[in-house]
Amino acid sequence: MRIRGYKVSVTAQIGIAIVVINLLVALLAPLIAPFDQATPLGDAWADADSQHWLGLDNLGRDIVSRLIYGARMSIGLALIITALSFFIGVITGFAAAVAGGWVDQALSRLVDLILSMPTLIFAFVILSVLGTALPVLIITIAILDSTKVFRLARSVAVNIVSLEFVEAARLRGEGWWWIVTREVLPNAIPPLTAEFGLRFCFTFLFIAALSFLGLGVQPPDADWGSMVRDYRDMINFGSAAPLYPAAAIAILTIGVNFVVDWMLSIHSRGQGEGA
Amino acid sequence: MSKQTSLTEDNPIVLEIRGMRIAVRTDAGDGPVLVDDVSLELRRGEVIGLIGESGAGKSTIGLASMGYTRRGCHIVGGNIIFGDTDIRAISPDARRELRGPKIAYIAQSAAASFNPAHTLMEQVCEAAVRHSVLSPAEARAEAISLFRQLDLPSPESIGSRYPHQVSGGQLQRVMAAMAMVAKPDILIFDEPTTALDVTTQVECLAAFRKLIREHGTAALYITHDLAVVAQIADRIMVLRRGKMVEFGESRQILLEPKEEYTRRLVSERIAGSPFADGAVAADIPILAIDHVSADYPGKPKVIDNVSLEVGKGDTVAVVGESGSGKSTLARVVTGLLPRTAGDVRFNGSSLSPRLKDRAKDQLRRVQMIYQMPDVALNPQHTLLETIGRPVAFYFNRSGREVRTRVAELLSQMDLPESFITRKTSELSGGQKQRVSIARALAAEPDLIICDEVTSALDQLVGEEILRLLKKLQDDLGVAYLFITHDLGTVKRIANKVAVMLKGKMVASGDTATVFSPPYHPYTELLLSSVPEMRPEWLDEVLAARAAGAARTSALLRAP
Repeated sequence: MRIRGYKVSVTAQIGIAIVVINLLVALLAPLIAPFDQATPLGDAWADADSQHWLGLDNLGRDIVSRLIYGARMSIGLALIITALSFFIGVITGFAAAVAGGWVDQALSRLVDLILSMPTLIFAFVILSVLGTALPVLIITIAILDSTKVFRLARSVAVNIVSLEFVEAARLRGEGWWWIVTREVLPNAIPPLTAEFGLRFCFTFLFIAALSFLGLGVQPPDADWGSMVRDYRDMINFGSAAPLYPAAAIAILTIGVNFVVDWMLSIHSRGQGEGA
Repeated sequence: MSKQTSLTEDNPIVLEIRGMRIAVRTDAGDGPVLVDDVSLELRRGEVIGLIGESGAGKSTIGLASMGYTRRGCHIVGGNIIFGDTDIRAISPDARRELRGPKIAYIAQSAAASFNPAHTLMEQVCEAAVRHSVLSPAEARAEAISLFRQLDLPSPESIGSRYPHQVSGGQLQRVMAAMAMVAKPDILIFDEPTTALDVTTQVECLAAFRKLIREHGTAALYITHDLAVVAQIADRIMVLRRGKMVEFGESRQILLEPKEEYTRRLVSERIAGSPFADGAVAADIPILAIDHVSADYPGKPKVIDNVSLEVGKGDTVAVVGESGSGKSTLARVVTGLLPRTAGDVRFNGSSLSPRLKDRAKDQLRRVQMIYQMPDVALNPQHTLLETIGRPVAFYFNRSGREVRTRVAELLSQMDLPESFITRKTSELSGGQKQRVSIARALAAEPDLIICDEVTSALDQLVGEEILRLLKKLQDDLGVAYLFITHDLGTVKRIANKVAVMLKGKMVASGDTATVFSPPYHPYTELLLSSVPEMRPEWLDEVLAARAAGAARTSALLRAP
């Protein structure tokens, strides 16, 4: 199989399949879920049958339906947060690299300050104070994540800014907006895309961790992390219930990583072609 | 191959390559053939020069004679016989045992080949000791004797220095010592002087030649410069696109080349026919650099009280070795580095020291062309974007007008109009340099600063670029400020020249005046260091230098 002339390895094909299926499920959740995510349909922990393929959960809700709606919540949140963190991180990172001097110093030290605190604890404090509404959750994680994007974007841009075509643009009299968007950005896309995939995974796991601790997505909305928390005691009774959402998290993470690895290998090969 | 030099023809053959083919091989099957049917016999004490432009396969052959290929390349045919072993037939481990003690390699960039964290002595002795050829004490003694043979300063103590504490030319010689310590049968020199200044190159060439002669080692000498190889090789093989074009004694290749391609290489190197006619300059200078000094914060002055004028239609060359401040001068003129003293006037009015304080029209009138076309053009932009941007930026033209203008510029550059939608990364080095020129011309400048514009290009391609620049000057009357270390280029294209040494201007004036006696002594040193296409050249230079040694060394220390 080939995409745009690049050979797609077997692992990349598996990864692409996993990502596409997950995205479809997330998008079409109301259409494909057999039941509502929040309605009790029978006894708690009822066994699997022909209607409820994985049985019912602690409140008698259909586990399959909750997994499907959970995909929507978990993936949707992770995408929004990652996109927002990239928006903030790339703009500030490029600005630091292109402007240099005190702008660079101020932004870099601010980022160091945030990075010096453990992320989870920082998120704890903010979410406890401001509450766990979704917008607060999104903005908090996005800002925390954007510090890591800033570092990457800055170092990528510093390398590009030192090249002579950027000097040529400066000599021409171009403003910084042109230099950032037209000279630097197109050359920074490959490493940033790969980083987007990785950060997406980390965000996803971070939300799962926060939900597991009760600070993420709130009931009755399903998301994979809170499902693991709600079902975790059942592992003592020989039920596989907590393993389903855990497996969903693991599979999507692996799938995204396969795709990212493939994109990175294309990028490194692409670099060699210039010679 | 019929004739051999009398010196070596009775010596045993140490390396024999027969019908060697090297190709790129991937999962998809065999790719392009890099080396096709190359054969040679190297005898003890003999030096064979491999010459050709980039992509000719000369480095590939050099590495293959050690049984090594770059990733993705494979030796697909022929034999490589070292002594009486076929290198292709033995195990990778056995091959590794040959490299270093038996066949040693000297790379172009010594700086990249040394580990900055270890002393020179450790690294020079390492291979010989590891392969148990010599004991550590023997290796040290041998290294010191080699340092002395290579004319390195204080041979007893230089080994305790770190790579960054010696100069580029010294490091290149230390690398030769590293290769020689285990007394290999064959040395492979891969462009060992290409990255050096001309004056340093002479010292290294002399040291290498002395080393080879005293030890009777066989050597393959890879270079793109015929004049360099002429000084050192007994026989020369001319390569083009992986195929052998001509192979013969050095004298025959240089004086009576049989093949058309060799003749072109030789004549381009000798030519020296000046393009410049000298009578172009008008009286009013468009650029006047007036007693300018500049430095990088916290460092000593990089240029010191330099004055220079460029008239309309002039080509002024600024020459000097690396570190002489010639590129810094260009940065001061463009405003990238603000001057600390003096004045720069353009068309009579003073330019602000800083780039961002200059008016758009002032920026438009001075354009720049860079040494490395690969990094001077944004690889993600098409030719339309690259060349069209100055047109749109400075002249506010519509999309249609920009396109027409770009097409016009492409045809002036002898590039096909269909290239307009290509990305710059899809072009060859010479084509990229043409695009750089087109981008500069798109601004319709009065002055173009050319920073080493041909030094990253192959000889024949660089030649075409010079011709193109000259033609454009005749058509458009644009002036050039040529920053270069290549005196051959200067003599051919510049009507005025300025010689820089350690930030100061030591000579300037008409090219003919500066380059004819009485010279400034530094100019004389530079001129005499440019290799000539005669095998006797190096001997003559060394003899002349020995006679005037005191004066030369005093000069190198000054000012």
